Amino acid sequence: MSAPSTESYPATWKPPGLIANPLMQRGVVALTVLYILWSIGSLEIDWSRIAQGFDRAGNLFGRMFPPSFERWELLLKGFRESLQMALAASFFGMVLAIPVGLCAARNLAPRPVYLVARGIIVITRTFHEVIIAIIFVKIFGFGPLAGVLTLIVASVSFISKMLAEDIENMTPGAMEAVRATGASFPKFLIYAITPQIMPRYLGLSIYRLDANIRHSTVVGIVGAGGIGQVLQASFNRYDYDFSLAILISIVALVFIGEFFSAWIRGRLR
Amino acid sequence: MLTITDLTKQYPTGLKALHGISLTVDEPQVVAIIGPSGAGKSTLIRCVNRLVEPTSGSVLLDGTDITKLGRGPLRRARRRMGMIFQEYNLVDRLTVMENLLSGRLGYVGFWRAFRRNYPAADVQAAYALLDRVGLHGYENTRADALSGGQRQRVGIGRALMQQPDLLLVDEPTASLDPKTSRQIMRIIVELAHERGTPALLNIHDVPLARSHADRIIGLTAGAIVFDGKPDDLNEAVLTEIYGEEDWSKTVGRDDDDDGGGNAAPGRSGRPGDLDSAAVAG
Amino acid sequence: MTLDEHAKRYPEVWRRFQPRQTLIRYAWYVGIVFVAVWSVQQLEVPWFYFLDAHVQAADLFVRMFPPDWAFFEEVLDPLIETMHIATLGTAIAFFMAFPIAFLSARNTTFNTATWLLGRFILVTSRSVNTIVWGLLFIAIFGPGPVAGICAIAARSIGFLGKLIAEAIEEADEGAIEAIEATGASRLQVLWLGVLPQVLPVIWGTTVYRWDINIRESTVLGFVGGGGIGIMLYSSINQFAWREVGIMLIAIFAVVIVGEFISAAIRQRIT
Repeated sequence: MSAPSTESYPATWKPPGLIANPLMQRGVVALTVLYILWSIGSLEIDWSRIAQGFDRAGNLFGRMFPPSFERWELLLKGFRESLQMALAASFFGMVLAIPVGLCAARNLAPRPVYLVARGIIVITRTFHEVIIAIIFVKIFGFGPLAGVLTLIVASVSFISKMLAEDIENMTPGAMEAVRATGASFPKFLIYAITPQIMPRYLGLSIYRLDANIRHSTVVGIVGAGGIGQVLQASFNRYDYDFSLAILISIVALVFIGEFFSAWIRGRLR
Repeated sequence: MLTITDLTKQYPTGLKALHGISLTVDEPQVVAIIGPSGAGKSTLIRCVNRLVEPTSGSVLLDGTDITKLGRGPLRRARRRMGMIFQEYNLVDRLTVMENLLSGRLGYVGFWRAFRRNYPAADVQAAYALLDRVGLHGYENTRADALSGGQRQRVGIGRALMQQPDLLLVDEPTASLDPKTSRQIMRIIVELAHERGTPALLNIHDVPLARSHADRIIGLTAGAIVFDGKPDDLNEAVLTEIYGEEDWSKTVGRDDDDDGGGNAAPGRSGRPGDLDSAAVAG
Repeated sequence: MTLDEHAKRYPEVWRRFQPRQTLIRYAWYVGIVFVAVWSVQQLEVPWFYFLDAHVQAADLFVRMFPPDWAFFEEVLDPLIETMHIATLGTAIAFFMAFPIAFLSARNTTFNTATWLLGRFILVTSRSVNTIVWGLLFIAIFGPGPVAGICAIAARSIGFLGKLIAEAIEEADEGAIEAIEATGASRLQVLWLGVLPQVLPVIWGTTVYRWDINIRESTVLGFVGGGGIGIMLYSSINQFAWREVGIMLIAIFAVVIVGEFISAAIRQRIT
């Protein structure tokens, strides 16, 4: 075995960095470190309180176990309300998302309509569900109504945005062909748009049902009904064993919801 | 050097890929293994370095039985066998140099590999090989920016970086166009001869095998049906290996070899302006 | 044969669906509507609230204007704190998601037990909402940004870990096989064979999650997790709508900027 002489070749090699200029690279590292120091320094952190955290965590978990399902009626009622909120919101969200989605597609809607629809989507997407929920609570009072409305807004925002993007990415060929037959706009919708986006629309709607089940567990925290309200109350009353029971049930419900949604979406294909 | 005795492989699915293969390579020669798809060519080669676990039989490399080795010794045995793959199997997002140096992984510790801090001799050897396979100046190019032929050159370089005692070559040209295939094949054969390394080489292209290999083994349904010189490969043998077909054109002289020693098309372009078709990979 | 006679050889009616299929489809429609109606009915919606809802809403928006610009200075600090919570929480999640992702990917885990452990952590982390995590950490660390950071991290681990684990499972097996064939150790295979392949996914999902976390950290304050949420919650409860208006505008701006940064970074990662 004889390898040819290699002495005339360079003996070191360094991989080119992610950022070509080594000075820049050091600068980025330095900035990152500075940022972390600044951010930790600027946060008002009560270290003595944090130090107690481990004891408290032990105490908390001690009181959480064993989880108490004693008040299962309350638990069941909360879950039923959450589930109903999710189902109702998914239905109305699904229906309302169609017009909003069509209006938000650049290649279908006239410019002003497009801008308004996109504006609605951007604003509703930007604010967290809980912010929207609390505003609805202020308008409609405590209870599941505010929760349903919140979830409807979130569903419409999500489904219509995805729908609009799908319509914008559609191949223009089929649309042109149907237009060329002299079809009116509604006919054009039924023949050119619907077949292309239907599977995706159903998939999105079912995904949203799954998401709504998950989110219905939190909007209650600001008083918009459902299991979240029960959970918040149990934390406030230090009924940690009941809290754990609720948490376990939420994880189970989310798990089932996800499984179900994946199964249906698999079958739609 | 390499002695395979009674090697069998049965997959968990029940498929029996190899039926008691025995073969010996005792001089530095390029052994081409030909045979129809599913004959067990890839399984055979992968059983040698145990990327596929053989069911029974033994593989002796310079007296060590590879099939009996534990994890650590297997790793040390693997670094003595360089492997070249059909799909090149480069790590796409690493540079050409990193891919070449990964051939030394069996010899360096984790932290050196982690910091890309390889011994000077390895780096020099890598630069030399880069020149030899015709990729001078490409060390800092990312592997996914190379064309198929260039990638296979890196793959060859990686295998030779191991300074192997044996080359295992799995369909090196099956994903390449005819011209590049010939260039790649020539580089492999030249390097194997230059360094006195025996090579076990799977190949589909019979004329290419005939024109480049020193010895040809025909594999059918997991058993060896031919073992001899390329010139002994006639219509009757091909029929035995592949089945009934008109072989007269295949057996004729393979004379469209484009000749010319060290063709290195890679040098004509700068790194960066490579053909866009390759970038897609 | 005339055209008429010719035409008679073919059916007069064409239907896309068989009658059975149509029936099933309509059954689905009816079922979905039934479930929706049942749900709404069970919720006992006080419909009379809707009568003056538009008045209430209009009133609310009128009272938000003009926004109280002088209040903006007071909003600035909590807003920066919100960003810090999002960023630090994402950073912690990044480091923790890393090993868990390798445990949860079938091709890099050690054995079935470690795989199940990894999956269990990911599922738990993902099914509990950030705010619920917030409740838990506030019970431990007391109200404040630390609980918020922990909540963000706890939820993000599942998100990042799941996506990274999927990327690891989809990594090119050939390259991994080739690295193994050189005689590399297990750690070397992970570092040089797997990691370079999944690095873009790791950066991409981390930046994406950071963008989501900015949104999430704006509400952590509602349960006491620090950031602008505390102020927003108290302003809403005091019906100080002009302050609320300012904060909503500020949140809107921050979230949009975050989204732009995240999209720009993700586009540059190849």
